[in-house]
Amino acid sequence: MIGRLIPLAVFLALVGLLLFGIEWNKHHEMSEVPSPLVGKPAPEFTLPLLYDSTKSIARRDLLGKPYLINVFGSWCPTCQFEHPILTAQIKPLGIKLIGLDWKDQPDDAKRWLAQFGNPYDAVITDQDGHAGIDFGVYMAPESFLVDAQGMIRYKRIGMFTPETIKNELLPKIAELSKPAAVSP
Amino acid sequence: MLPELGQFALILALLLAGVQCAVPIFGAWRGQATLIALARPAVAGQAVFVVLAFGLLTYAFVTQDFSVAYVAQNSNLALPWYYRFSAVWGAHEGSLLLWVLILNVWSVAVAAFSRRLPDALMARVLGVLGFISFGFLLFTILTSNPFLRHIPALADGNDLNPILQDPGLIMHPPMLYTGYVGFSVAFAFAIAALLGGELDVAWVRWARPWTNVAWAFLTLGISLGSWWAYYVLGWGGWWFWDPVENASFMPWLVGTALIHSQAVTEKRGSLRAWTLMLSIIAFSLSLLGTFLVRSGVLTSVHAFASDPKRGQFILGFLGTVVGGSLLIYAVRAPRVAGGKPFKLLSRETLLLINNLMFTTAAAMVLLGTLYPIVGEMLDAGRISVGPPYFGFMFVLLMLPVVCLLPFGPFFRWAGADWRAAIGALKPALILAVVAAVAAKFIAPDTSLRGLAGVAASLWVGTGIALYALKRWREAPRGGRYTPEMLGMILAHFGVALFLAGVLITEATSVESDLRFAPNETKSVGGLDFKFRGVQRAQGPNYVADEGTIEVSRNDELIATLHPQKRQYAGGGQIQTKSDIDPGLTRDLYVALGEPLDEAKQGNGAWAVRVYVKPFVRWIWLGGLFMMFGGFTAAADRRFRSLPARDDATAPATPAAPPAQPAQASA
Repeated sequence: MIGRLIPLAVFLALVGLLLFGIEWNKHHEMSEVPSPLVGKPAPEFTLPLLYDSTKSIARRDLLGKPYLINVFGSWCPTCQFEHPILTAQIKPLGIKLIGLDWKDQPDDAKRWLAQFGNPYDAVITDQDGHAGIDFGVYMAPESFLVDAQGMIRYKRIGMFTPETIKNELLPKIAELSKPAAVSP
Repeated sequence: MLPELGQFALILALLLAGVQCAVPIFGAWRGQATLIALARPAVAGQAVFVVLAFGLLTYAFVTQDFSVAYVAQNSNLALPWYYRFSAVWGAHEGSLLLWVLILNVWSVAVAAFSRRLPDALMARVLGVLGFISFGFLLFTILTSNPFLRHIPALADGNDLNPILQDPGLIMHPPMLYTGYVGFSVAFAFAIAALLGGELDVAWVRWARPWTNVAWAFLTLGISLGSWWAYYVLGWGGWWFWDPVENASFMPWLVGTALIHSQAVTEKRGSLRAWTLMLSIIAFSLSLLGTFLVRSGVLTSVHAFASDPKRGQFILGFLGTVVGGSLLIYAVRAPRVAGGKPFKLLSRETLLLINNLMFTTAAAMVLLGTLYPIVGEMLDAGRISVGPPYFGFMFVLLMLPVVCLLPFGPFFRWAGADWRAAIGALKPALILAVVAAVAAKFIAPDTSLRGLAGVAASLWVGTGIALYALKRWREAPRGGRYTPEMLGMILAHFGVALFLAGVLITEATSVESDLRFAPNETKSVGGLDFKFRGVQRAQGPNYVADEGTIEVSRNDELIATLHPQKRQYAGGGQIQTKSDIDPGLTRDLYVALGEPLDEAKQGNGAWAVRVYVKPFVRWIWLGGLFMMFGGFTAAADRRFRSLPARDDATAPATPAAPPAQPAQASA
């Protein structure tokens, strides 16, 4: 009898996990504060450039100007849905757009960008996914808005949509430039 | 007015589902024939109202009734008529209604084709199906009503997601759901057997054809989905281990284990508890898949608009159905292992290994899919494991399956002579090794994977062919192949085709990204590709840049391809539409990249992506063979023509039917 209850026990554990998943989603609106990193300095990284692996970009190289890191991968179908939105709606915003090619083969990424177009100002690669772990990336696509001081100001899990750009990204970018607009 | 009628029909269907669940099960418990007799009319009545509701929603789409919010969100005036039908299941609400509709089709089929079965068992089976339908109808009405009005009516709707505007997507969801939902029948039989305490093996025989048909549909649905991903997502991959793909793949894996364990239980009486358990798990994973897709717990391409309320409801329902059935299992499953004894080397053992491997693979996929949530729970941040984990683990788990598969038919039930089996399979082994070595000599850069693909697919394919040959030689004329056996041969041959497709494609595909000026010719994989420039093309609800590429070999034109980049009227997204010249031994696949020069007026240079993919079509061809195998096996008259009550009185010893020799198929 006890042995026959094992499947039930396993299943109940699974239900507990899924219930946790739902609760977690409720309290962490994907659009709001999904990451403990928001408001903290972006993690240190030094990652090679996709198109010239002898060169690399480190966190300190990007200080001084706000930028948006977009985590993508050629293997990720959702990134392909996000791609035209990046090109049409985020690139024109004028914010520096860094592509983080995550857990991917560089050749695949190059082909992907050649086919769909490259909206990024620079593409860095994280082939083994270690930088992704530092950033708490859970799935591609994901995006991090980092200010001129290197602080993460906003994180988006999943693809940008016209709505999330209007309701979330634009206000966050506006907040970034406020001090800049006052200081001169 | 009509949409309100649709909602009303859903409510009536809900009430009838309640009747279909409660009354016959109670009647079967109390032995009251009048209550039991209510099962079939309730099934029919419920189906009428569900069909009515579905028809009314379809009508709202076809007539472009933008006062219905769901219609306005998922179609617009420019949408061609054929996509207005498939737009019905283009988003959450309508696809849920499709789910319910298909469940009703299955219920009606079970009610209609199972008249020989004992009334009490049928009452319980239909009652369990009624319970599932009740839950899903309640879910639809409470959280996902497709008939909600949008007042005032909109002049034009939004659009059906452009990526869904594709012929493959018209058929993919209905086929997939038919498979998914079809496992509810095996589930209902298992629960009915547990409830009624009829733990002989008769129910397994009756459940087998239903399970095979459901499995065949699921195979087709998954193959269609993979084919769609291949040509729509536009860059040659055919499987992404996306959470939603996994959601349909897990029931398939367990379903594969189930159809094999059902064969053992039905023929030999062994593995009874295991078959019950797999019947429950296969359908539970279908429900879990529905939960994962619709709760927003995991993000994915296919994910529907998520809503925690929906997630909670499905989780509650999942808990009730699966928790309840596992509890019933714990209380009533057979205590004593029944069936005929078998030795270590026997067909039973091989099928048990098959079962273990497939269920472990399903558990592996489940773990990988839920890993992000596990990570969150352990406070380690969301971690996703990605394709490398799945790819490696899956190959590892399927390796023994592929190696042992050809032995299956050659091993006898109860105890097998392994020397004889190896002797019989020697030609296949030799052929596989020789072909792999030859391939290495002919094309020295073939990777290990390619060689393994050649060897594995020849080993399985020839192994199965040898068995077919043996039956041809040894069995008497007219009794050579039962449909069940033929189904087994077809499906296993499909495995060989699939293996060849996957491994040869991965090892030998040529992929190039080329810069083409107009009228420039470049050579890829021994073929000449000539770029004729890009023109504007107008579709029913989009405009496109359409390239023209002529492919020739030795100046002989073999294909003209027209890849497009489409801009749909409804939204700003650009869709890449590749063009493919399909072939049995190779696909030519061309996708248009970006214009490379300033001149975008049709005479500039473009980036073009060219693939030559040998044998890629065999992946889906293998899927089709597996599907035909499932249908063929299900058509075996043995499952239907047997006088049912004879079995019920002779538990655990199914009389060997005359047309079925000891060398029966798995």
